[in-house]
Order: sequence, then C-alpha cells, then structure tokens
Amino acid sequence: MNANFPHPAPQPTPDKSSLPIVHRKPPRAAVMVPLPGTPAAWPKVSLKKVCLRYRTNGSAPLEALKNIDLEVRSGEFLCVVGPSGCGKSTLLHLIAGLERQTSGEITINNRAVQGTGTDRILIFQELGLFPWLTVAQNVGFGMRMKGVPKPERESRIREYLRLVHLSQFKASYIHQLSGGMRQRVALARALATEPDVLLMDEPFAALDAQTRDLLHDELERIWAETGRTIVFVTHNVREAVRLGDRVLLLTFRPGQIKREYPVVLPRPRHLEDVHVAGAAREILNDLRAEIDKSLEAEYGDEARA
Amino acid sequence: MKRALRNLLFYAALIGAWALLARLRVWPPYLFPTPWGVAEAIWAGFADHSFWIAIGVSMRRMLLGYGLSVVLGIALGMSVAGSRFLDQTLGGLLVSLQSLPSICWLPIAVLWFGLSEKAILFVVVMGSLLSVTISMETGRKQLPKIYSMAGRNLGARGLKLFLNVTLPASLPYIVTGLKQGWAFAWRSLISGEMIFVTLGLGQLLMMGRDLNDMSQVVAVMILIVALGYIVDGLVFKTIERLLEQRWGLAAS
Repeated sequence: MNANFPHPAPQPTPDKSSLPIVHRKPPRAAVMVPLPGTPAAWPKVSLKKVCLRYRTNGSAPLEALKNIDLEVRSGEFLCVVGPSGCGKSTLLHLIAGLERQTSGEITINNRAVQGTGTDRILIFQELGLFPWLTVAQNVGFGMRMKGVPKPERESRIREYLRLVHLSQFKASYIHQLSGGMRQRVALARALATEPDVLLMDEPFAALDAQTRDLLHDELERIWAETGRTIVFVTHNVREAVRLGDRVLLLTFRPGQIKREYPVVLPRPRHLEDVHVAGAAREILNDLRAEIDKSLEAEYGDEARA
Repeated sequence: MKRALRNLLFYAALIGAWALLARLRVWPPYLFPTPWGVAEAIWAGFADHSFWIAIGVSMRRMLLGYGLSVVLGIALGMSVAGSRFLDQTLGGLLVSLQSLPSICWLPIAVLWFGLSEKAILFVVVMGSLLSVTISMETGRKQLPKIYSMAGRNLGARGLKLFLNVTLPASLPYIVTGLKQGWAFAWRSLISGEMIFVTLGLGQLLMMGRDLNDMSQVVAVMILIVALGYIVDGLVFKTIERLLEQRWGLAAS
C-alpha cells in the first residue's frame, strides 16, 4: 500500500481494499477492464494517438497536444489536470468536435467524431448561456435544435430544472441569476439534450468556495442519478480528487499524458478530507514540475531568478 | 411630472410666440402661417382622408424598403464580417459610400425604373442599407465567439445556428444601426416623394407649395415629425426595453 495515501475507513469489500489506492503507474489494461455490471464492449470515449499542431506564422508549428491515448469507461468520472497552457481545454474541444485533431482518432461509442454532435455536450468555462432566452428556453435549446416535439421538451425541461433545483427560476433571464445558479442552468442545459458524455471545462473556477462545494455535491448526486460519463477539466487538483474516479495529469506544452491516478476513496468525499488532501498532494508534486516549465516558458529568465 | 410640466410650458410659450408673430402680421400670411390655420389644415387633411391616404402610402413604402434593406443589410454585413477578402475590399467601399446622400441615387433610380414605386423603393433601400450593413458587420465582429460555439455544441448548424444564435446574440450590437437605418430610410423616402413620386407625405408637402398653402406645408411637416417620433417611441424603444430586460444592460 502506498504510504502517501493513508487508507480511509476500513473497506467493506475485500477485493477493493486489496487494491492500492493509487497506482503509481497503473497497467494500461487495468483501466480497460469493464466494471462488473457494465457490459460495454468498447470504451465510451476513446482517443488514439491524438495530436494537434497549430500552424503559426513563420516559426515552427505549435504542438498543443501530442500522442494522447485515452479511454473513458461508460459512467466513469474522469478528471484532467495540468498547468495552464497544457491543452486540457483543447482536449475537450476536440472531443466535442469544435476543433479537429491534426492526426489520430477520437471515437465515441466506437464511432469516429465528425464535428459536433449531441451525444457529447461541453459545458464551457464561460458557460455560454444565451442571455436572450429564459432559463427554461436555455435548457430546452438543444432539444429544440434536435427537433424534440414541444410536449416532450417541456416535460424534460421541468425534469431537469427540478434536478438542478431551479424550478422556480424557469422564467428568469440569465443576468438575474447568481454565479452558482448560472452554473446549474448550464448543467441542466447540457443534461437535457441527454448526451452520453458530459464534458466540463473548469466549470467551477469562477465560483466562491461555498458555492463550489455545494455544486460538487450536486454534480456528484446528478452523476450518480443519471449515470453519465463525465470528463472534467480543472486546474484544481483537490477538486479533481474530490470528484474523479481517475485523475489524468497532462504535461506542459505539448500536452501529453504524464500519469494517471485512480482514486479509490469512498464517496461522498469531502474537499477538506485528509485522504483527499493526501492524494492531491501526491498529484500536486508531479504537477509542480510542469507548472515550473510553464512559468519558464512564459517569463523566461525571470522565473529562474 | 416636473419634466412634463416644463415641456407643456415650453410648447405653450412657443405656440404663443408664434401666434403673436402671426397676429402682428410681420410677414404676410402666405409666407408665415398662423397656428390656427395649421391646426385647421391638419383637421381638414384628416377629415378629407388625404392625410390618411398619404400616411398609408408612405408607411407601406417604408415597410417594404426598410424591410428589404434590413434583410439585405444583415446578409451583406454577415458576409463582409465573415470573409477577410470582402472585409478588405467591399468593407472600405461601403464606408466611403456612406458619405453619399441617398437622394443622389435618385437619377439612377429614375433611369432604371422610371417614375415608379420601384424607383422610390430603390432610393429608400440605398438610404438605409449602408448603416444596417455596417452595424451588422461590426456587431458580428464584436460578438463573443462563445455563443456560436455553445450553439454548435448544442446541435445548431448553418441557418439554424444563424437564426437561433447569431442573429439574436448580435441584436444589442445592431439595434443602433437599425434605428439609424430607419431614420435614413425615412429621410430618403420623403425626399424622393417630394421630387417625383405620386402620393405619399412628400408629395403632399409639395402640393402645399404648389398651391401656395403655407398652412398645409407646415401641417405636413408636423405630421412627418410626429410619425417619426411615434415609430421611434413605439418600435425602437420597445426593442431597447426588451433587450435591457433580457440582457440586463442598457442597450447601446
């Protein structure tokens, strides 16, 4: 057992407790093994040797992502952390189909990603809620685009507003809501199109600590209730450990997978929990090296002084 | 309340001074009408339906011409904003053409379409097209990218994306241009009607001149101002209020 990760309360299931809490270098195959009761023959999301290079004027092309190999199980909560500029948002844009990789293959349910599609919905950091629509119209937008008939649309709007506890605000406009409420509208809007995969790009970064804690609980509850697959990008390692089944660390430019950390702490977890903090510290140590690299790239010699 | 009272006093004083000047007969009545003469002309104009008909005709031309230039202007503005080539070529031309008073298009319009409805529509469209186009173009450029990304992400594409996301999202940016376009269209229409086209408010104005009926001239002028004011207050103020209410900002 890993000394850096004190085991939490005694585990009821012996087979689980025999697992180390964090694999330092987990064998790839272990990630692929479907959980008992998940019959999926292929991973929900799969990336094979995905690279993304940006052409720049004159100088060498910028390598944003390099050889990303990744598989996300159905129903898994995967968190991605990395220094700023590691391409973690870009990774989500690629999966969402908003950008196209230079090489490699991305599949959802074993089908190659071709542009955007409502089988995967991205929640942007800036949310991108539509200020000219009411809360209910925002939530119903994806369904309207898909051509879901109005009665079904309305019942689903009600259902998802109830799920995020915003039923009373269905007729409000976005600017009338607090940051946490807007966040929940974005979540309901994404869920209402009933995607297989939910992609979340630092969704809670701009919120105060209390609201964020509350939304962590809610997201976890909704995830458990709906059984969605979630890929969650954050720069907050503790948040990643709090929420994820697995945490992925990306390197600074070009973004590559540095290491994976399965998190086998019992849920619900708490952000302030010692075990969460302990697991986060381990990841943070590895992350620090990458942050140093990113600082050096940004500030050059000043960073070393 | 205080403001309304002030305005009431102001207009009462203005009309009083006008009445006094008319009474004193500083200028002959055929050059300087009396307030009661103008009031009578307004009454008579509505009573014999000539004002109603003129308003109807002019408004129909406005709706057609302005409507056309809004549709064309939005399409043109979007294309210019969307293409680097068009932006660098046509974009500059549009800005320079803005300095051309719209009535300058009248000779072309008459040669192409004759003395017809089409000619007046052409002048109205040319009068407002540029300001709608330019405001759509700048609006499209200022529009945060996040809206169209979010729209695409939720399954909107092509025309659906444009109608459901791009257009409503850019409304706060283009409402000023739409308003300005309306004002320009209104001016072009009245000038055009004054010069050559039958019926409409402009022609009514010229008829007053032909008959040496100064009261009618002033009556029609008042009517033109009042109509402009009503449209601005009803249509554009409503749009602005709606935007303010939804976006939570004072519309530009």
